Formats: sequence, structure tokens, C-alpha cells
Amino acid sequence: MPLGLLKFGLRRKYKGDRYFPAAKPLRSTYDVVIIGAGGHGLACAYYLARDWGISNVAVLEKGWLASGNTARNTAIIRSNYLTPEGALFYEESMRLYRSLAGELGINLMYSERGHLTLAHTDAAIRTSRWRAEVNRHLGIDSELVGRDDLALLCPELDLAEDVRYPVLGALYHPPGAIARHDAVAWGYARGAMQAGIEIHQQTEVTAIRSRSGDSMELDTSRGTLTAGLVVQAVAGMSSEVARMAGIKLPIRSVPLQACVSEALKPFLNPIVVSGSLHCYVSQSARGELVMGGTTDPYPLYATRSTLDFTEGLMANILELFPFLDNARVLRQWAGIADMTPDFSPVMGVTPVSNYFIDAGWGTWGFKATPVSGKCMAELAATGTVPPLIKPFELERFSRLQQVGERGAASVGH
Amino acid sequence: MKIIDCPLNGPRNAQEFVCAGELKREPPQDAAIGAWADYVFFENNPKGVVHEWWCHVASSYWFIVTRDTGTEEIVATHAPAEFFAGQRRMGGVDDE
Repeated sequence: MPLGLLKFGLRRKYKGDRYFPAAKPLRSTYDVVIIGAGGHGLACAYYLARDWGISNVAVLEKGWLASGNTARNTAIIRSNYLTPEGALFYEESMRLYRSLAGELGINLMYSERGHLTLAHTDAAIRTSRWRAEVNRHLGIDSELVGRDDLALLCPELDLAEDVRYPVLGALYHPPGAIARHDAVAWGYARGAMQAGIEIHQQTEVTAIRSRSGDSMELDTSRGTLTAGLVVQAVAGMSSEVARMAGIKLPIRSVPLQACVSEALKPFLNPIVVSGSLHCYVSQSARGELVMGGTTDPYPLYATRSTLDFTEGLMANILELFPFLDNARVLRQWAGIADMTPDFSPVMGVTPVSNYFIDAGWGTWGFKATPVSGKCMAELAATGTVPPLIKPFELERFSRLQQVGERGAASVGH
Repeated sequence: MKIIDCPLNGPRNAQEFVCAGELKREPPQDAAIGAWADYVFFENNPKGVVHEWWCHVASSYWFIVTRDTGTEEIVATHAPAEFFAGQRRMGGVDDE
């Protein structure tokens, strides 16, 4: 309608739609307070309203909406984990992701690329076969492929044999995907706010107390408030926030760095990971290569970038794609990862009643955003731990029942 | 952090060292399983000053680093004997 467009263009005031409803004032009492407005906290808020009709909820965020690890991850989504507990959990997350864009009404740019975990040693081939068998037993699309298949799936990959780590094969996970991480958080935030849930940015929790009776009291930078129960979802600061509630966690906070190249023409379809070379790479919709590696060598809470990381990572990326030697790094950043001893999350109840935790998200948090939000919402609403997250409870360490995912969750082994 | 002042070898590139985690006191052999789980798996993990075991790999030399995990500053490095002697003078090993 050209005439309508002309009239709109000549109007003096534009009536734009707000993406988020206007913020409400902070009140002194809520049924549920969620600490942390990252993907996980926002998803928990959204599912509390959608599945359980609980909307007297505040999400408190010391910084800005989704400005922590939700904005810093490399947006890979997959479910080809090693343990049945892990694989089933992440598979449910992928199932939720596939219909999420339509449900939230936002383009998540969910893009199924196929995920290749390269194997350069006999030991890695063995682990890949193990993962493929576990995955297929659980109905997850995953298989071990050889060099001939790799040449077809990723012709850009250097399959030369006269290198330090020749590629012998790969674990191939066709549904492996990437998505627009910010949009996931924005979609959940809007959905939660439309249901009446409040999101309070620039509101830092400074003290946490159990009150006699059945509630928690929180001091914040904007005053004290009471909550029927609290859900902590602050991956990166989990130990410090849990300490306020008197809870000690099996977590070390370690920076995980990543970087992107300048935009290149689309050439790389699958997500390529190499455990032996400690690196992974995918190409985003705007052409940048998103590249990451292993976590930093010592615990730290500072999100600085280092040249050591970039140099080491590029040496390994060039082993896989030598023709990238002229490509330039556009930007680099770090997020603080909650590293657990078994490379699985810490979710569920804590020694403090009415205080639930969603932590230990190490290098595997973004892909779990929908399922963790849904399960934490169910826990908060019913008080019963959902079977999908039962294996990840904090108590498992005291019982020596870890869920060992080191072989599938990281590239640093 | 690029240079670590090793008590044995002097200032060396940080890449020559490995961090072996927080200084903790090992529980007695007959301690309950919960105490061992706490020792093996759980961490104070503070944002702030922490004492850690580090090793200079090339010389297999173990020592203690006092480090600020908020700023990445190395506050001090200590030979273990000196460190524990100092702790005893101050009344007990500060491991928690």
C-alpha cells in the first residue's frame, strides 16, 4: 500500500510497538524471585507462567538483560552426549528449541547444520563410537563417519595425512544447530512479561536470608524484598551468590574465550569440533566464523581477552582449514564458566529450603536453556524434582555419583 | 598475568606453570565420605584473594601463589616451607 506508506512517512510522530512491555516498580513481596535475567532465568520465568500459571514472579538482574554468558556463548545446540542422563536431557532441550521460534514469535535463526566431532586418534574414534551407540540407543541421530564421508560433509576440511593430527573420522550429529542467542533471551523475556512477570534490571542481590516460616528475604541494591521461594540462575557467579545463601558448590569459575573472524562468503555448513586440537568453529548467518577453544588454565572472574588464547587457537584452526591464513579476527571476548568436576550441571534443591539452584553450566549452558527453564519451573511450582534433572542434583557429589560428561562436553580433554 | 615469580626459578612465563587449585587441608584417612567429597569436589571459589598450589612444570617445583581472582593480580608467591611456617606463627593454616 504505497499511499499508506507515504502517509506513515509524513507523520510527525511514529507509533512504534514496544518490544517489551513497560517496566513495573519493584514490589516488596513475590511468590517466586529468580536471581539472574540470562537465558536460563528468563526461560524459568516464562515456563512458570505458561505451564503453572504462576506470574507473581520477579527476575532480578544486576546488569542488563542477558548481558552475561547468554551473550557470550558460541550458540551451538546439540544432544550427542556420552551419558544417558546427559543425552536425554539435552535431547529434550533440542525438541523444545525446534518449535521455540514460532511459540515465542521471534526469529531465533535456528539453523540445523550438522555437528562433526573430529577424531584424530584411535582413542577418539573409540569415544566417538561409544557416544554414537549411546545416542542411537536413545533415539538420537548420531553416527561414526569415516574420511570418505567427511570429504562430502565438509569438503573444506584439510584431510591431509602428512600433518601432526590427521583426521581419522568423526562423530556426525545431523541435527546439530546454531541459533541467535540474544533472541532466545529476548523471546523468553517478552513472553514472561506479557504474562505479568516483572524483570528488574540493575537490581543486584546483596544478601540472602531464610526467614522462619516459609519464605526467603533478599537485600537488593533497590531495597529488601520477600520471596516464597528463590531460584538462582547466575552461571559465572554461582559460587558467590550461593555463598550468600550459605551454600558451597563444586564449581571453579574459569574464563572461556571465543572470537569471530571478519565476515566471509558462506563456505562452511557444518559445525566442526576437534578434541585433539582443542578448537571448534561454525559460520554464522552473517558470514563470521565463530571460533572457540578450551577454557583458560586457571580460575578467574575477569572477562578479559588474551593474546595467548588467540594465538593458540588460530594455530589449531589453521591445521583444519589452512586456507584461512589470511582471514582476520574481528573481535574476541570471554565469559566466566562454572566448571564442575564431572562436566555436568548442578540443578535442583539445595540444603536451604525454598532455595533452588541452576548452576554449573560450564561450557554447555546455552543449548540447555529451554529444558533447564522448563524443569526449574516445574521444580519451583511443584516442589518435586523432575526426573530429567534428578541426576544433576547437588547431592550427587556427596554420594560420589557424578555424571561424567568430560568426553562429550568440552574440547579440553 | 604473563610472568610468575617462581620462588625457585625466579620470574618465568606463566605458560610454564600449572594451577592445581585451592589450598585445602586433606581430611584424615578415616574421615566420613562427606568430608572426602568436600575435599575432592567442593571449592570456596571466591572472587578475591585465594591461596593456590602451582607447579613449575619444567622443574617439577610445587609452591604457593596468593592471587586475586577478581583482578588477575598475583599478590605473592611463597616457598611452601616459608608459607606454612608463616601460617603457624599466625595461628593455624588458613585453608577454608
